[in-house]
Amino acid sequence: MPSETGPVVLFVATKKGLWLLHGDRKRRAWKLEGPHHLGHELHHVVLDPRDGRTLLAAAKTGHLGPTVFRSLDLGKSWAEAKQPPAFRKAPEGETGRAVDHVFWLTPGHASQPGVWYAGSSPEGLFCTEDGGVTWEPVAGFNDHPKNALWTQGPGGTPDGPKLHSILVDPRDAQHLYLSISGAMGGTFESTDGGSDWRPLNGGVRCDFLPDPFPEIGQDPHCVQLHPLAPDVLYQQNHCGIYRIERPSDRWERIGDNMPKEVGDIGFPVTLHPRDPNTAWVFPMDGSQVWPRTSPDGKPAVYVTRDAGKSWTRQDRGFPREQAWLSVRRQAMTADAHDPVGLYFGTTGGELWASTDEGERWECLARHLPMIYAVEATELAA
Amino acid sequence: MKVAIPSPLRSYTAQRHEVEATGASLAELLADLERQFPGIRFRMIDEQDRLRPHMRIFVNRTETRRLDTALEGGEQVHIFQALSGG
Repeated sequence: MPSETGPVVLFVATKKGLWLLHGDRKRRAWKLEGPHHLGHELHHVVLDPRDGRTLLAAAKTGHLGPTVFRSLDLGKSWAEAKQPPAFRKAPEGETGRAVDHVFWLTPGHASQPGVWYAGSSPEGLFCTEDGGVTWEPVAGFNDHPKNALWTQGPGGTPDGPKLHSILVDPRDAQHLYLSISGAMGGTFESTDGGSDWRPLNGGVRCDFLPDPFPEIGQDPHCVQLHPLAPDVLYQQNHCGIYRIERPSDRWERIGDNMPKEVGDIGFPVTLHPRDPNTAWVFPMDGSQVWPRTSPDGKPAVYVTRDAGKSWTRQDRGFPREQAWLSVRRQAMTADAHDPVGLYFGTTGGELWASTDEGERWECLARHLPMIYAVEATELAA
Repeated sequence: MKVAIPSPLRSYTAQRHEVEATGASLAELLADLERQFPGIRFRMIDEQDRLRPHMRIFVNRTETRRLDTALEGGEQVHIFQALSGG
């Protein structure tokens, strides 16, 4: 039976602004509303699940500096952060880092209302304690003695190295994870609220480094922690799909169980809100020069319901051929309904949805700008 | 002195194309702009006090990227954004 969960709203952050897609209670009728901040690059827009009203938007505007916009009325009005995320000023004679764009937003622990974390490009970690009005750099990471080793390598991702997938253990506000995509990077863990960090990359392959299993240097694309089983994390990596069950420090490559002709490369991974054995991925072509499109032009989501031991293709409703979709790491998400609704946005501006856990898909919106992020939230029933 | 504001920054100046600001240097002038229009400085100047790429500032007709550029008081300051990308 469907749950009594309230209507879903999707926050669709794009290269050119923000759109909201409002669903009805049954998730059958959808209404697109926007744009907000037309012309601004919105990398992530997140509603605070703790108060149900604080909406933060990570924005960059052309060549202007980065900022965070706040709304307390679902986007009817916005105010800019008084002190956006920024690195500390470097001492005289040193070259300091500057935030190019805020990339990731994570609400803090339930016991810490007002606390949010932000990740940036280049790789920086920031925190607010007042709901996004004023932000401070997290010195424990940004000034960690090994920070230069973990970040700031040559090269990096095409539009700048990212700090992303900031995860808060719902059992312990001091227990945090973050991940970095860049020339170096990997997944890191803190058990003291961000004062100190250590790598957590055991078993994660690096097929682009001489040592295929180094301590750091991996490229996690997206890491998710299960809210009801916080010892379980899934990772869609540059080199496959992984799962870990803490306290183990070793990730298991569950993507080896994907069909070989599809592979296990992609960007997002989305978890079932109640079942820690169920996860969805959107495979992309990672062969040769990395087209990053649906393999063979035939889009499909793959689901595991047994913690990665097996995967099932879900492609009903997608074009059967010549559909070269790409989905970015923040652009796939799930709602909390039963059955779970799944949503993803493409770099070609299409928003796809399934209200039956991936069995059937339909396109809810087309012709949007390049979609950077999609977040689903249930409004009060 | 008069400061010309480019369109991407006019949300801070209530859509005014030109505003008045004072200061004995470009840094002081930018501080005065920030005082009048909170948030505007960080969109132009990063946390290391560097003018962001593609932001251009002219004092009269001379371009400068130095915040310690001295101002006498009668100059016309132009702030431009060199738009690019798609």
